Amino acid sequence: MTRQETAPPRPGRGTEPLIFELSSPGRIAYSLPALDVPDRPVDSLLPPSALRTRPPELPEVSEVDVVRHFTRLSQIQHGVDIGFYPLGSCTMKYNPKVNEDAAALPGFAGVHPYFPEEVVQGALELLYHMEKYLCEIGGVSRVSLQPAAGAHGELTGLLMFRAYHEDRGEHRTKVLIPDSAHGTNPASAVVCGYETVEVPSDSRGGVDLDALRRLMAPDVAGLMLTNPNTLGLFDENMHAIAEIVHEAGGLLYYDGANANAIMGVARPGDTGFDVVHFNLHKTFSTPHGGGGPGSGPVGATRELEPYLPVPLVDFDGRRYRLVYDRPKSIGRVKSFYGNFLVVVKAYAYIRSMGPDGLRQVSEDAVLAANYLMRKLAEHFHLPYDRHCKHEFVVSGVWQKERHGVRTLDMAKRLLDYGFHAPTVYFPLIVPECFMVEPTETESRETLDAFARVMAHIAEEARQQPDLVKAAPHTTPVKRLDEALAARKPNVRWQPET
Amino acid sequence: MSVKHRYLPNTDADRRKMLEALGLRSVQELFADVPERVRFKGTMDLPPALSELELVRHVGELAARNATVDGYVCFLGAGAYDHFIPSVVRHITGRAEFYTAYTPYQPEVSQAVLQSIYEYQTLICELTGMEVANASMYDGATAAAEAAIISSYALPGRRKVVFSSALHPEYRETLRTYARGPKLHLLEVPAEGGVTPVDRLREAVDDSTACVIAQQPNFFGCIEDMAALGEAAHAVGAHFVACVDPISLGVLKPPGEYGADLTVGEGQGLGVPLGFGGPYLGFFAATGKLTRRMPGRIAGVTVDAEGKRGFVLTLQTREQHIRREKATSNICSNEALCALAATVYLCTMGKQGIREVAEQCLKKAAYAAQQLEAAGFPRTFAAPFFKEFAVRSAVPVERVNAALLEDRIIGGAPLGRWYPELADSLLIAVTEKRTRQEIDRLVARMGELR
Repeated sequence: MTRQETAPPRPGRGTEPLIFELSSPGRIAYSLPALDVPDRPVDSLLPPSALRTRPPELPEVSEVDVVRHFTRLSQIQHGVDIGFYPLGSCTMKYNPKVNEDAAALPGFAGVHPYFPEEVVQGALELLYHMEKYLCEIGGVSRVSLQPAAGAHGELTGLLMFRAYHEDRGEHRTKVLIPDSAHGTNPASAVVCGYETVEVPSDSRGGVDLDALRRLMAPDVAGLMLTNPNTLGLFDENMHAIAEIVHEAGGLLYYDGANANAIMGVARPGDTGFDVVHFNLHKTFSTPHGGGGPGSGPVGATRELEPYLPVPLVDFDGRRYRLVYDRPKSIGRVKSFYGNFLVVVKAYAYIRSMGPDGLRQVSEDAVLAANYLMRKLAEHFHLPYDRHCKHEFVVSGVWQKERHGVRTLDMAKRLLDYGFHAPTVYFPLIVPECFMVEPTETESRETLDAFARVMAHIAEEARQQPDLVKAAPHTTPVKRLDEALAARKPNVRWQPET
Repeated sequence: MSVKHRYLPNTDADRRKMLEALGLRSVQELFADVPERVRFKGTMDLPPALSELELVRHVGELAARNATVDGYVCFLGAGAYDHFIPSVVRHITGRAEFYTAYTPYQPEVSQAVLQSIYEYQTLICELTGMEVANASMYDGATAAAEAAIISSYALPGRRKVVFSSALHPEYRETLRTYARGPKLHLLEVPAEGGVTPVDRLREAVDDSTACVIAQQPNFFGCIEDMAALGEAAHAVGAHFVACVDPISLGVLKPPGEYGADLTVGEGQGLGVPLGFGGPYLGFFAATGKLTRRMPGRIAGVTVDAEGKRGFVLTLQTREQHIRREKATSNICSNEALCALAATVYLCTMGKQGIREVAEQCLKKAAYAAQQLEAAGFPRTFAAPFFKEFAVRSAVPVERVNAALLEDRIIGGAPLGRWYPELADSLLIAVTEKRTRQEIDRLVARMGELR
């Protein structure tokens, strides 16, 4: 029996066939107007050697097939609109609906990037103001909205470091990165041509100042820092860190992945950072889309501003225009002006929140994280016992040592209770780590429910460790064999021959 | 004073209870570790909060001040195209299960995202004739840049990247930016007659060449001799990177058949709105032997504990979060939702539709070029073209476009912006959306100016 002859899966249960397995020769899901110009043979218009001889094996399905396939799939997917999604450093806050409407307006979605400037003044005005808002929130002098994601912002910022130092005739080859940093930090440094040097954390979870002093040499371009860091801790020595780095001629890069903790509380530009990126898809509520698109605007102090990518948007008192004539710019980091429709959503968010609202966001995010941290600390090891900011880490070492239940098992068990798991096994400096970021858009009841389930899982780990180790039990698929996938890569469907 | 807001569920009573549980009196105590000297005092200088109704009106006013492809007839392309997007695409990508999900870190509750990535990878492989594709890059420009970097890593000691001036100007600019880190040496061969001169290219490559990048159709819309360019690259042991328009692959030979080692391109034409330049998606595909060199996410098939088929992110030891300072790409977030749009688009167009849309572009563009020629706007280049072509204008191109704009037509891209020697030329794109009537109107209006 072929797959097509088996009964279709019921919504929310089981798995869905591949769209290719639903294909039936001759079936279509599209329509186009009849050709209204003279029909000429393709091979009279193009050299035969340039032509395709075999059609691509795209599915032949009806429109109903397409709609049902993707709708059924969507029913086996977790999202913020379905439930709590406490992934640390990902800021899975609610994605406001009205922002989606704004980005879908034909006046934004239907605009070609090369339309003449005089007919895109609304779009340019939005970009201009968005830059101003992010300057104010970040305490920086100018912002480029071009980078498409956080890692893209890091690449942009480090190329600006490079250009700045080269401009001063200095050849610096290393970038310092704390051991608690996001994986993108060292990767970004390396793709920008730097060697990376790891800076250890001290016992309070911050940058080890003595180590920093020792490592900060004349060949160091700068330090990349997330503050609060991935342990959720604000570095109390921020001022000293900035002094050490700057005195040695280095620059300070702010990884904005965790900016949800500090809006209206501490602006990176004021705290000594030279280049700053924001993740609009984290702090500013734009949806993650299953892995993008994001947007990673990069801001700079007055000194670093000349190196920002082109174009920027200027206003001459009458008209908004794109400015390319910036001789010290690192150039362009992608085509056009950035992920504009994502910027539209973040713009709508900032306008809905206002300055007091954004500060409230950070206060509520920090309050929620501390509240949840204390509740979880009743059942899990708390490696850094101090107030956290918007996220925190707890460890499953007790459960592992006493009952042989790993953090991975407990993360999978959470899925059975309808919660997405926190980020696990990161940061690397905490064994059996859970990194939890509740965000400000979760109610106290949700936090309580999550804490109750975590307590219950800790209890299960004690009473029925095998139940937890075999989790998940109620998800559309059971635990998936990731090692098999890597050992025998099957990364595209092939028709059965 | 705390703020009441529709996105903030916790009331003052909730906040009080949470503080009590923490043994605190004020939320400020939680910020005690932010040193006084770095603390922001006062209120940020941002406009006050808007209600939803005010916000809707405000963004509506901003949007209303932009021309759109609905209100104007668009003959502008140059890397972003006004193709028709079937309604299904927006309905599926508008499902919150897809758009409010994160990168699928817990596969057991992320099968929709993972399976759709796997389907996307398959569709891109089918279209391009390549053996492996990733889950997407930021856009065509960054995909091309990363292909160059990967080639240099895969062929140690080789740092030269060769392409012609017929590669999209913004892709070349992006390449220049990306080349700084890995210290790639970029060599640009001037296009001749709107195409990459194979002989010049052959002279430009040597045993230090990591790759040759060629665009098909190229920035001028012209058809390149990809087989010959690929042979020139392979003759010196370099990779051949094809940068292609996915819609054109409905009629054009897939890069896998002319020996491309890597195939990249801008996927915007596959169901992604123009959106003033983004978000779009870069597709990135390769031969099987380069699988473990690929940047970005890749979804693969596996089985669950009961032997049932499922999907996971795989070959992750390539990626930045595992390799960290040994990584060859730093990409993390990609353009997943745009890749979903491309997936739904390609499933909807299907085997027949992709060919029909490509043929309509080809034939309508041919008709427009012929009519413009008759109206006194000859083609700048004689080379065959797909859906875009350059024409020379005896009248200054700014005047042409200004006159067209009055008639609510957006004319072609003035090539002088990137190529001073082509200041008299306009690059005109004709997609399946343009009707004969619209083309005739363009031709008539331009003809009147002569």
